This record gives sequence, C-alpha cells and structure tokens, in this order.
Amino acid sequence: MATAAPAAPVRTVLATRADAWLTRGFILAIMLYLVVALALPLWTVFVKSVEVYRFTPERVTVAFFREGAWEPARSLAAWIEETGYVLNDGLRASERSRERLVAIIPKKARKGVEKYRVRDLSEEGGLLLLEGRLSRPGEVWELARRDFARLRLRPESHISLDNYRYYFATPALRSSIRNSFLTSGLTTLIVIPLAFGFAYALTRSCMPFKGLFKLIALVPILVPSLLPGIGLVYLFGKQGLFTPLLMGHDIYGPIGIVMASTFFTFPHAFLIILTALSISDARLYEAAEALRASRFRIFRTVTLPGARYGLISAAFVVFTLVITDFGVPKVIGGTFNVLALDIYKQVIGQQNFQIGAVVSVVLLLPATVAFAVDRIASRRQVALLTARAVPLVPRPHRRFDVAMLGFCSLVAVYILGILVMCQLAALFEFWPYNLSFSLKNYDFDRMDGGGWAAYWNSIRMAGWTAVIGTAIVFCGAYIVEKIRGLVQLRAGFHLLAMLPMAVPGMVLGLSYIFFFNDPSNPLNFLYGTMAILVISTIVHFYTVSHLTALTALKQMDPEFEAVSESLKQPLWRMFTRITVPVCLPAILDIAIYLFVNAMTTVSAVVFLYSTTTALASVAVLNMDDAGDIAPAAAMGMMIFYTNVGARLLQALSSRVLLTRTQAWRLR
Amino acid sequence: MSYLRLENITKRFGAFTAVDRVALAIEEGEFVCFLGPSGCGKTTLLRAIAGLDFQSEGRILQAGRDISALPPRERDFGIVFQSYALFPNLTVGQNIAYGLENRGLPRRRITERVAELLRLVGLEDQGDKYPAQLSGGQQQRVALARALAPSPGLLLLDEPLSALDAKVRLYLRHEIRDLQRELNVTTIMVTHDQEEALSIADRIVVMHRGRIEQLGTPIEIYQNPATPFVADFVGTMNFLEGTVVEAGRARVAELVLECPTDGFAPGDRVTVAIRPEDVVVRAVTAETRNRFAARILRTDFLGPFLRVEIGAERLGAVRLLVDLSINLVRDLDIELGGGLEVAVPPERIRLYPPGAG
Repeated sequence: MATAAPAAPVRTVLATRADAWLTRGFILAIMLYLVVALALPLWTVFVKSVEVYRFTPERVTVAFFREGAWEPARSLAAWIEETGYVLNDGLRASERSRERLVAIIPKKARKGVEKYRVRDLSEEGGLLLLEGRLSRPGEVWELARRDFARLRLRPESHISLDNYRYYFATPALRSSIRNSFLTSGLTTLIVIPLAFGFAYALTRSCMPFKGLFKLIALVPILVPSLLPGIGLVYLFGKQGLFTPLLMGHDIYGPIGIVMASTFFTFPHAFLIILTALSISDARLYEAAEALRASRFRIFRTVTLPGARYGLISAAFVVFTLVITDFGVPKVIGGTFNVLALDIYKQVIGQQNFQIGAVVSVVLLLPATVAFAVDRIASRRQVALLTARAVPLVPRPHRRFDVAMLGFCSLVAVYILGILVMCQLAALFEFWPYNLSFSLKNYDFDRMDGGGWAAYWNSIRMAGWTAVIGTAIVFCGAYIVEKIRGLVQLRAGFHLLAMLPMAVPGMVLGLSYIFFFNDPSNPLNFLYGTMAILVISTIVHFYTVSHLTALTALKQMDPEFEAVSESLKQPLWRMFTRITVPVCLPAILDIAIYLFVNAMTTVSAVVFLYSTTTALASVAVLNMDDAGDIAPAAAMGMMIFYTNVGARLLQALSSRVLLTRTQAWRLR
Repeated sequence: MSYLRLENITKRFGAFTAVDRVALAIEEGEFVCFLGPSGCGKTTLLRAIAGLDFQSEGRILQAGRDISALPPRERDFGIVFQSYALFPNLTVGQNIAYGLENRGLPRRRITERVAELLRLVGLEDQGDKYPAQLSGGQQQRVALARALAPSPGLLLLDEPLSALDAKVRLYLRHEIRDLQRELNVTTIMVTHDQEEALSIADRIVVMHRGRIEQLGTPIEIYQNPATPFVADFVGTMNFLEGTVVEAGRARVAELVLECPTDGFAPGDRVTVAIRPEDVVVRAVTAETRNRFAARILRTDFLGPFLRVEIGAERLGAVRLLVDLSINLVRDLDIELGGGLEVAVPPERIRLYPPGAG
C-alpha cells in the first residue's frame, strides 16, 4: 500500500475542550475510588498472608560494662542456647509479639553490670524497641540498667508461605474448609428446589394470593442474616417450642447454620429462578402439547432446560452467599467453625492478622470461582431472553393449584414464623418464662452494642451510602456504556466494577484494616470514621448496582449522545436533562438496594466501626454475643421495619415521579 | 470550491479497512446519497464526516475549514438516525428546542423557531405530545425538525426511512426532498435502498468494500453502471458469459450481438450485461438489429409488470430475464410456452471483464 498518498494520521481529538476533560476527570476519579477502596486494600491482604514474623536473636548482640571495662559482646542466640530460654512461650510469633531482653539474659549473669551496649545487626532494623523508639540497622544503643530492663526484642518479618503451611497443618483451622463447603453445599441443595418450587407455583399455577406470596418470599432480604439465627434459637434452642422436632440434635451447629442460611438466601435464589421461568416461550408448550407430551415430560423437556442457566446461576449465588456469610455461624454455629467466622476469630479474638489474611485468601478462591460460573450462566440466560417469546399464561388445574398453594404456604410459614418469633421474643419480658408484655428489650441504651445511637448511625450510614453510592455507580455505569473512545480505560473500569461481587465482606473489611489502619497511609485519617463505613459498603455492593445501572442505560438509544453532540450541547446537559430522568426508576432501585443492604450488612463493617460509629446490625451481633438475645431480636426487627419503610417510601416516590416526570411512559 | 471535500479518507478497525482512500467533493445545496449493501462503509464514512468516529487517515474540509480533527460539537451539521433517537422524556416541542438552548437565544426566539419548524414538517398541533404518542413517520419528521432547528450547513441522514412502512417511506421521501430544496441545505443520506437513492439524490455515491464504485447522477448510475457491481446492485441485470468476435460484435453461445466493444480486443472473454427492461418485443422487424426468436420458459407476475425467462435456440442453455409491462403482455398475447421475436438495442448492451455478476 505504498502507493497511498501521504496523509498524516489523524489524532483522535477528544480532549480539546473542557467537556472532554470533565469526562476524563470523572473516569479517573471513579477509577481511583475503586482502586483505593478495593484493589489496593485487597492487595494488602495477599501481602499480609505471606508475611511471617520470626524472632531473630542471632542478629542482636549485647555487651556488658562491668568493673570498669566492656566485656566482649555476645549474641542473644548464644544466651538462649546457654539458658534454654523458650521465645514467645514456644508459640508462633506474630506482628505484636515482644520479648524482654532481661527475660532472655538471666539475672545471675547480669550481676554487677553497670551499663549495656546493644546492637541491631539486621538489614531492616527495628529489632529493638525502647519506649516506642525503634533501632536503626546497625545502630548501637548504650543503656543504663533501668532502660535495659525496659528493652524489648521485636520479631522480624519475612515473605514466605509459612502462614499457609501453618494453616494447612493445623487441623482446627483446616477443618473449617470442609465445614464451610458442607453447610454451603447443603444449603444450596435445599434452597434451590424450594425456590424453584416457589417460582414455579407463581409462574405456572393458578393458585390465589400470588402477589402476597411474592412479597413474603422477598422479606428475608430486609433483615440482617443474624436475625434468622436468633429466631431459630428461640424456636429450636434449649427452651424452644419445636426443639423436639430436632430429635435430640442440637440447633447450634451445622443444622442451625443450614436452616438459617436457607432463610436468608431464599429470596436471592427465588428472584433469579423466577426471572428464568418467566421468560419461557408459550409456543414451546403449545408445540409439546400438540405432540401429546405428558405434563411431566413437558416439565422435563421444556421447563427445566429453559431455566437451566437460571438454576445454575442461583445455585452458585446461594453457595457464595452462604460460604461468605459470617452472621449466621456467629449466632448459631456454636463450636462449628467455618471460614468466614475464622477470619473474625483470628482478627478480633486473637489479633492474628496474618492467619486472618490466609483464611481470607482461602475464602476468596471458592467465592471467585462461584462468581465466574454465575457470570457465565447469567450471560447465557440473558441470551435466551432476547429471543422474541410469547409469554405463557397458566391454565387452572385444580389439584396442581391446591398442591402448589400448600407448598408455598409452608415456605411462607417458615419465613414469617422466624420473624414473628423474633418480634414476640422482643416484646415479652423474658421468653418463654415470663410472658408479660414489656418494652425493656427496646431499652438499647442499657445494653452493649451502641444503643439507640447505633440505630441512628445505621440510618445515617445507609442514607449516605444510598445517595453517594447511587451517584458514583450511575456515573460509572454511564461512562462504561456511553462514552466514545478510551476503550481500554473503560474495559479496565468495568472489570474493577465487577470485582466486588467476588470479594466476601469479611475479606473486604480485613483488607480495610490492613490498608487504612496503616499509619503510613495518608488516608489513615478515614479509619474509625463514618466515611470509611460508607466507602466500604458502597464497594461491597457495587457490582449488582453497577449491573442494574448498565441494564437501564443499555435500553437507551445509543445515538442520543451523538444527536446531543450534533446539537452542540455539552455532555453534562444531555446527562442531567435526558439520561437521569429517563433512568430514574432504575436509579431509585439502586438507591433502595444500597440502603437496605447498608442497613443489614455486618461482614465488612464489623471490622471498621468505632465507638462513635457503632451500627444497628453490629449491635445485633454484639448484644447476641453478650447474651442479650431478646434485645438483639428487637434491634434486628427495627432494621426490618426501617427497610420496609424505606421500600414503601420508594414505591410511593416512584409513583409520584412516574406521574410527574415519566408522563411520556404512559401512552 | 466545493462545500464539503473528503480527501483520501481511510478508516481501519484493527486489521479491517472499513473505508479505503475515499475522495469526494460535494457542492453546496447538493443532495448526495451514499448507496451500498450493508458493510460497504457508507455509515462509517458518514460518521467520520460527523466526527462521531474519527477517520484513521485523510482530511475533511467543510466550507474551506479543515474539520478533520474536530469533535462533533465543533462541526456544523445536523443528523437524523434510523432509530429517530428522539428524547422520550421531552415533548416534541422540547425535542426540537433542545439544540437551540444554551446558545444565548432569548426564550421567545426559541419558541418562534420551534413553531416555525413544526409548521415546516406539518406537525403544528403536535408540539405538546411525547414522541411515544406519535406514529413512526411523525417521529421521523420531529427528528428532522430537531436536526434542522439550529440551521446547520450540512444535514446527515443515516438510513432515515428504513424503519418505516413502505407507504410512509414513499411519502416521507418526497417530503425530505422538498424540504431540502426549500432550505437549500447540503444533504448526505446513507441508504441501502437503490430505489430511494435513485428517486431522491442529485448524485449517488455507490460504495462497495470501503471504496467508491461509481459516482454520478441517478440516470448515469442506472444507465451506464461503471462496474458489474453497480450494474447488479442498482436495478436488475442479466450477466451472460461471452466472447468478443470482432470490433462491435460479441458472441453469447451461438448468438452474435452487435454492441460497443471499446476496451476489448477480438477473442477476449467478456461478461455481456443486459437489463431486463431493455429487451424489446414490440415492433421487431426483419431490420431490427440483434433480433432473435425466443421461447417463454417461465413467468413471474410482479404486479405492474411480468418478468419472463426466455430461452433461444442460439442461446443454448443460457437464459435471459425480460420485463414486460402488463399492457404489452395483453397486446401481444404472451403466455407460458409461447414463442416471440425479441431484440436487444446494441447501445443498451454493456461489456465487462469476464467473471462478473
């Protein structure tokens, strides 16, 4: 093609004017947010998990000044060899382990010593600690006797896989992997048929009260996952009404975990399967009937294959929810350890951050795999959706309808039973012994956990999350979907936005400790504030919101932006005048989703709240932990009612907005 | 000096070249159609002119100004898309006013201009309706009004009629043409519909595989297609394999036809192209050139005319499509299996290199 006339390649001019700079600035700002609030913290988890602390006494020498002369220096290792002293009581050293030098060198040996000379021989320094001061590499300190008594040895950090070796060599830790898979797998096996049956009844039968049943099925979304645990304790615990049904088994443990997880994962599975079943094509059923297929054969050859991706997707979503949840096992797990709980125990209980990081990485693996499978499956399901289908209208079939009504009623009773139990326990003096009505369980200020202030904090936190989160998510999705050019930047951004789905809340919370609590991080000032709770919660629930916004934006004509540009209008005007008003219903959906989840979430924030920013959901956890179960139930129900209120408010405002600004939708 | 000049425009998507060194000059007030099958690069070229996708190489000059690297906002054009792209949450009036706002125009002036445009596209009383309340044809007229509102120097139409019913399409086609003449706005329309292009354009740019195949008036394009591709894409064409016998004569099977043979030497293999409507059946006498006896092998009733497939002894296995108007069929009593004398006027025959069609 050398014959082509010499023509200068055209430089893509996108950044010529303020508008373009604004766009670019926006992309960078939101990307920066996701990098700082997600990618970097996650990275610190990996770093921590390979960080090993070990005492290195061979790198510290001590010399005595006795009887007017300096004696030859000896390494601490030599002293240890001589005395047989056991460092750190024989336990693995952690970041916070310290050894006093006077404990290593026996008192007898130090008799008559007037001064000490200690030397840090390490390359990194910091082996010696005196009154908050660290030694520099090769530094020599000359100390009086009193100071020497205060001198401490610090462990040195290395990068190694020792933490992982330790983890897999410790049966108590390793067994959690099996336990987590057991409870997650069992819950999945129970929830999927239940949710399928429920969705099937709603789409394929003519039973009455379908709207009511749908509402009931979605109720668990509005409560923290701790609440079903508490309800089950009341129903099946030591003094429970239905304890005999367990036939001598204990509700504390895998049974309780599976039962409570079934409760809180049910709506998630139900919604996915409901969507999958609603898109079935009536023409396929007509064809099958014309070929005289039996009801069962139609079910097997038409219904199930049509919903298969929905089922796969739902199964992996449930599995991920259970394996990453920590509220349920915390309340009702008893001595049965699972991965998510191990992170909490290692970090909060034992301050062992490195092992906490190892468990996090172990938990990230199944969560990531499940996430990937879910994404692939739901993409396939969407592909099925685009085919023009004739919606199926079920026909009455008396026996089948009655059976479905019975089944749905059972599920509804289970869901409502747990809630009603919690509410009753909260309203009685002392269930089941003293059944007189009382409001003392609502006197949160007299309990541990933060009191009513925690409740108001939660509302404030959820409000900020909804407002700021919706703005960030929607602008981010707009950039991914509608901006021309900057292809790689947008693809990278989209990937970052999908990442939070695969990150368990506990891992996110732990990563924030590592990242934001590091004194050398300029963002350290955020630690312990309301801001960090909002930031983490937005990130935690970013992916679903992002996908909702993308779906809404994809439905808009891709040429709107081109038309607006040709009419010489700046991008922001197009965005505020057209995009936002048209997408308002989706924007409200995102806001309410963020609000509800911010009210109920425990996992990430449990590591991040401070005394002034305690949250209602965390208060449920702490009150339950302290044995104040009835107040915990009361607080959990407060969260429920708040979320119901928020939902009603959203429904109402949507209606008002629909009539006022969405008049164009009504033909 | 032309109003719009495209110099050597090339657009590549990775290894694929969508537009390949296209050069074109469009005069002020002209109506030009980019015509071609899907994937020929016509929309890509339009988007490059609009600045919605930047060309990889080449220059674009509008009214003497180099706009090659300017973003759409700094170019001077209005655009109408196949999907209309009307803002659903704004009324018809607000849609048209959209491009007039934010320019320092007084409110009263905007209202006047909107009323003027509504009148221009015949939607005087529809200003307060929402787009979803209008028919497809009405929506497209609103889109047109919106694009014309700021009085752009150039109007770009991207398959504006393709989503409409055949009747509305025909009607709106004339309306666009009249409007364009009235406003004398330079217009480029992209279409894959040859009939649309032939009826509406001052000049047609036929595109194929990213290149300009032919540039000319509708009559030139139809009557003197420069390449077999154009001949085949615009209208219907019989392509027959043949050989040049001597200057002014070519042979198809056993039939020797008089025809212009410029550019070919005796003995050259060629493709002989004949339009179905150019075959003459009325008043064929012994003196008529290129006359031969044929037999009707198949008929296809297409409403206003009958398309028949004819064979002839001297043509062997070769078949020829011929279009006959209905009154002709009636007059000559033509029916399946019947014989008739046909002729092809030599000046209506075109020769192309072999293998075409």
